[in-house]
Amino acid sequence: MEAGQVTADDARDANRGLPAWALGLVPLLLVVAAIGAFSALGGPGLGERRGPPVEALAVERTTLVPGAIELTVRNDGPDPVAVAQVAVNDAFTAFRGAGEPIGRLGSETLVIAQPWIEGEAYEVSLLTSTGATITHAIDAAVLTPAADLGFFGLMALLGIYVGVIPIALGMLWLPWIRRIPPAWLRALMALTVGLLGFLAIDATLEGVELAGEGSQAFGGVALVFLGAAVAYLVLTGVSSWLSQRRRASAAAGASGSSLAMLIAVGIGLHNLGEGLAIGTAYTTGALALGAFLVVGFALHNTTEGLAIVAPIASSRPSLGRLAALGVIAGAPAVLGAWIGAAAFNTSVAAFLFGAGAGAIVQVIVQLAPSLRAADERGLQPRVVGGLLAGLALMFATGLLVSV
Amino acid sequence: MLHATIPHSHGGAAAAAEHDAHPGAGAADGHAAGGHAGFRGGQVDHRANGFDPHLILRDFDEGTTSRLPDGRTLREWTIAAAEQEIEVAPGVKFAAWSYNGRIPGPTLRATEGERLRIRFVNGGRHPHTIHFHGIHPSAADGVAALGAGEIPPGGETVYEFDAAPYGLHLYHCHVRPLAEHIAKGLYGTFIIDPKDPREQADEMVMVMNGFDTNFDRANEIYAANTIGFAYSDTPIRVKRDELVRLYLVNVLEYDLINSFHLHGNFFDYIPTGTSKQRSELTDTVMLCQGQRGILEMRFPYTGRYMFHAHQSEFTELGWMGFFEVTN
Repeated sequence: MEAGQVTADDARDANRGLPAWALGLVPLLLVVAAIGAFSALGGPGLGERRGPPVEALAVERTTLVPGAIELTVRNDGPDPVAVAQVAVNDAFTAFRGAGEPIGRLGSETLVIAQPWIEGEAYEVSLLTSTGATITHAIDAAVLTPAADLGFFGLMALLGIYVGVIPIALGMLWLPWIRRIPPAWLRALMALTVGLLGFLAIDATLEGVELAGEGSQAFGGVALVFLGAAVAYLVLTGVSSWLSQRRRASAAAGASGSSLAMLIAVGIGLHNLGEGLAIGTAYTTGALALGAFLVVGFALHNTTEGLAIVAPIASSRPSLGRLAALGVIAGAPAVLGAWIGAAAFNTSVAAFLFGAGAGAIVQVIVQLAPSLRAADERGLQPRVVGGLLAGLALMFATGLLVSV
Repeated sequence: MLHATIPHSHGGAAAAAEHDAHPGAGAADGHAAGGHAGFRGGQVDHRANGFDPHLILRDFDEGTTSRLPDGRTLREWTIAAAEQEIEVAPGVKFAAWSYNGRIPGPTLRATEGERLRIRFVNGGRHPHTIHFHGIHPSAADGVAALGAGEIPPGGETVYEFDAAPYGLHLYHCHVRPLAEHIAKGLYGTFIIDPKDPREQADEMVMVMNGFDTNFDRANEIYAANTIGFAYSDTPIRVKRDELVRLYLVNVLEYDLINSFHLHGNFFDYIPTGTSKQRSELTDTVMLCQGQRGILEMRFPYTGRYMFHAHQSEFTELGWMGFFEVTN
């Protein structure tokens, strides 16, 4: 005990001459030196890995053009992968691309000659140099739309239909909200929290599902939670910065407005993910474009408009500000549809879904205090009813759309 | 004499030259071979493999002969099992097991009534045997617990029996797990000619096989004589109106049946080769594993005639080829 005390004191004395940054640098330099020595000695004590190479390729994108199937693959395993032969539905076929082994995290596009038939299923089997097979299923072959102006126009229209218009309609509840008593407004806020809670769960599950399908090289499911953490922290930082600025300018009473903005941003991120799903589903032929889908999304997303305007019931925002809120929440659906249709990447999509979920959770945390009046303890039955109604509303309208 | 120095030279130079010079060889540029299924990257490295399906086709190993005191012929071979990595399709390596450095193993050829003595040396790291189809005492059957039983790594034994009955037979390793020992390449053709020989013909051997490269007990690659599309990349040349005799053996593991179909012609089919009379005039025969038969045909027209398994899946996974009929 006493000896330990003496040693610690001695060490403190010895370090007194050095500046703080130098002390911080010492362990880093030692790590660099250790790694250098380890690799210079050829990793003493460690042999080659036992067993055959581990080969893994994830198909990141499937494009069907007349007479050919194009697969963009990424090596998400530890070892290089050489694609030696390709078979489609148990028949070897000619292909271009991947002439050299694909290194770790490397990506290649294989153009596989196949006179595919619309609506039929195909299994592409990549035979590697070790004789392993990596298979990719195409559930229903359908021509990938060319990414021309008309196509982007269609995706924009779709994004506006399912994102911008329903939210704008939902925001029209504002005059009604202004006239209801505070106790009912709290119930309405609870409804909003219920809606958002459902969206957060939904986005997380979607992201996890997507991440499970795609390349694991960049973290897979971890990306969803990373995305959520990043969005949550960034929005927390932004909101405290906004409230500090507000205090500085002494413009009190604007908290509802900034809350509305945060909700709009959170819902916007969510709709970006929704747009991604729609765009991807459309290009892979899995989406039936029809009135039913648009009606379903309209009902589903109209409730999002309500969520945005609920916190600003007591203030009088300008029309321009309301429009901006609507665009921030809805327009990302257009962007998402474009990205989903033109350059879909499961890793990015999983991250974005996670970001949407994180943003929504942050908004819920911000909204939580407004569910309770200052003199109330616990949640009033009316508020609990609102929360449950929100979940139920989203669940029911969600049944109308499946992407 | 150890027959490990493959490829053999029987007419090999001419066949090899023709082989290399063929303009249609390979789909290296990524285009399908003339509209047919094919491999990317042209052909496998036959030299590195140590055998070439075009040379195996007409390579008959008659062993060495001597006369026994009773006046009969004693015919002897040495067969060594080994482990060797082969290229089963361009760019695809497979850890195979072989007899005398080739897959299928040497085509052993004897005449009925001769005394046969086969010295077997196990150069592999697993126990192996040679189990011959034919009529012989149980001690020479090449299965576990009978006669010499399983031959351990580094061990050797001698299988000795009379050549009977005449016909087309096969031999293969018979150590458990059986499917693995066969599928990895331990098999070959065993021909016993009748005392009264068959009509002179252009003779060839095709052993229908496949390779399960990812060990899921289903074949990724199908072929005759190991290398898929080898006879479509470079057709087999035969003469018009000349009798062609094809010794066809099915050793395919994991699939219930295999088959042979000839385009533009019919053939006499002699099941197991145990007769000189055809049992059928046909263009398609179906064989289960271990089944075999002799096909005799003459091509009345010149040109290219396809042959393949009439399971389309096998065809497009490698088991197809062409006869090139010339004057």
